[in-house]
Amino acid sequence: MATQLKRTDLVFKEDMDCNALMHKVMKMGKDEFINQMMDSGLKGRGGAGFPTGLKWKIVKDSPEAVKYVVCNADEGEPGTFKDKEILDKACEKVIWGMALAAYIVGAKEGYIYLRGEYKYLSTKLKIAIDKMEQQIKALGINFTLDLVYGSGAYVCGEETSLLQSMEGRRGEPTNKPPYPGDIGYLGKPTIVNNVETFVNAMIIAEIGAQEYKKLGTKASQGSKLFSVSGDCCKEGVFELEMGMTVQQFVDEFGDGDTKAVQVGGASGFCVPRKEFAKTIIGFEGVPTGGSMKVFNSSRSMYNILENYLIFFEEESCGQCTPCRVGTQQLLKGVQAVKRKEKPKTYLDDLLRLAYTMKYASKCGLGRSVGNAFRSIIENFREEIVY
Amino acid sequence: MSNSEEFISQLADKHGRRRESLMPILQEVVDEYYFLNEERMVNIAKELDISTAEVYGTASFYSFLSTEEQGKHVIRVCQTIICDMKRKEDIIEAITELIGIKPGETTHDGKFSLEYTNCLGWCHEGPAMLINDEPYTKLTPEKVKDILVSYMKK
Ligand SMILES: Cc1cc2nc3c(=O)[nH]c(=O)nc-3n(C[C@H](O)[C@H](O)[C@H](O)COP(=O)(O)O)c2cc1C
Ligand code: SF4
Repeated sequence: MATQLKRTDLVFKEDMDCNALMHKVMKMGKDEFINQMMDSGLKGRGGAGFPTGLKWKIVKDSPEAVKYVVCNADEGEPGTFKDKEILDKACEKVIWGMALAAYIVGAKEGYIYLRGEYKYLSTKLKIAIDKMEQQIKALGINFTLDLVYGSGAYVCGEETSLLQSMEGRRGEPTNKPPYPGDIGYLGKPTIVNNVETFVNAMIIAEIGAQEYKKLGTKASQGSKLFSVSGDCCKEGVFELEMGMTVQQFVDEFGDGDTKAVQVGGASGFCVPRKEFAKTIIGFEGVPTGGSMKVFNSSRSMYNILENYLIFFEEESCGQCTPCRVGTQQLLKGVQAVKRKEKPKTYLDDLLRLAYTMKYASKCGLGRSVGNAFRSIIENFREEIVY
Repeated sequence: MSNSEEFISQLADKHGRRRESLMPILQEVVDEYYFLNEERMVNIAKELDISTAEVYGTASFYSFLSTEEQGKHVIRVCQTIICDMKRKEDIIEAITELIGIKPGETTHDGKFSLEYTNCLGWCHEGPAMLINDEPYTKLTPEKVKDILVSYMKK
C-alpha cells in the first residue's frame, strides 16, 4: 500500500495576513529581506529554477528609475494546472507577493500575464487586485497592478516571448542575454516570476529562511505544488516536499500498474519503471515545474510521443530553423517508422537531430523537445517501432 | 456587419495608442466581432499609427486571434495527451453529430466554430473544452449535448 509522502500545506493555508507580512518586511528592511530570500534557497517554480533572491537583487541593484514586476501566469506546459489552482484559491498571496517584489526592487507597476484559457478567473483577480491596491496605498507604497491576457500561444510562457507579447508583438523569444532583469518590459529592468514563486516569497516572509530551509533538499529547497494526472488513484494539485523518488510518488499516486511517469510536462523527461527507485524529483534529478503525468501499461508510448511532437510542432514559434524544421521532421520521422516507410535505424538519425536541436535552437522550447523524445525512444524503442 | 471604426477608436481611447495597446485592442475586437478581417485590422493600424502588416503580423501569431471567419461561439476541445487518453474523440464526435461541423469548421449560420486546442490545464478533470472564455470539464457525450443546446439559445 501507499507510503505516506510528507505533505506540506503552506501555499493554500488560509490564515496568511498579507498586509501584516508586508508591514513586517518594511520594518525588516529591503536588504535584510533579500538576504532572507537568498538564504532560503528558493528557486523559480516555473521550471527553469533560477534563484529568485538573486533575480530580485539584480533588479534592485539596477540604477534605472523605472522597473517592472511581471507574474508569469501563462501556464501552458501540458499536464500543469497548479498555477490555475493558486489563482483560483489563493490569488491574494500572488498579488501581495508581487507587491512585495515591487517594494523590494523599487517598481511602481506590475502586470499579471494570464493565459487566455484562464480568462474566466479575471473577475476574481480584479477584485483582489483592487483590494490590495488600496491596502498598499495605506502603507505608503505606490504600486499598481494590471491584468493582461495571452491569446493561446504556449511559447509566450518563455519570459522574453511573454514580454514581446506584452509589447504588442509576435511572441517570438529573443536572445538571452540580455535577461529581463537587465532589459525587460519596454527596455526596463523587469522581474518575471512564476505564480507559485511569488507565493513562496510570501511564505518566506512569514516563516523566515531558517524554517523554509527545513523543507526539501539542499538542491531543491522548500515545498512544491505538483499537478498530478493520468492513470492515477487520485488526480489534482498536491503540495509535497521536493526530493522524493519517482517510486515514492508512484506508490502514492499510481494505479498499481504504472509503466512510466512523465516528469515536467512535454518538455520534461519520461521515467520508465526500472528507474523509478533511483530517480529523484527535484533539481538534482528530474526537475519539474509541477507536471506529473502517470501512464499505466495499457498506454501506447508511441501515441504519447506522437501527441507531444504534434504539440511542439504546433507551438514552435517558427523563428529558428532547428526548432521549426526539427519539430516537423521528428514528427514525420516517427510516423514514417511506425508505418514501416523508414527502417527502425532511422530513429538513430532522429536522435541525432534532437541532439542538434538541443544546442542549436534559440529558446527553451526547441532545446527541450529532445528531453521527452530521447527518454521515450531510448526506453520504449520496441513500442515506437512495432 | 457594422463598421468597426468607431468601436476601435473607443478601444484606443481606453487602452491607449501605443504599441503595448495592440494586444488588448485585438483581443477586444475579437470578443466583439469574433474574428479579425482586413477592415478591422486597417482601422486598428490607423488608430495606433503603425502599418497594417504589423497588426496582421501580431494577430496571425496567436491562435485565439483568428484572421479568418469564426463563429460567435468558439468551441476548443483539448487534444493534449491526458484529455486524449480520456477520450476527447468521443467529445468531438458528439459535437459533430449535434452541430454538423468537424474541427476547423464553422457552422453556416456563423454560430459555432470547432477547433482542437493544446493543454487547457484541466488534465485532472478531462476531457475538457473551452467555449469562448468558459471552461467545461469531465465531459461526456451527453453532457456536451446539454451544454451546446444551452448555447444554441444564446
Ligand atoms: C517554452 C517555454 C514555456 C514556458 N512557460 C512557462 C510558463 O507557462 N510559466 C512559467 O512560470 N514559466 C514558464 N517558462 C519559464 C520562463 O521562461 C521563466 O523562466 C520563468 O517565468 C521565470 O520565473 P521563475 O524563476 O519564478 O520560475 C517557460 C519557458 C519556456 C522555454
Ligand atoms: S526554439 Fe522554437 S520556439 Fe524557440 S525561438 Fe526557435 S523556433 Fe521559436
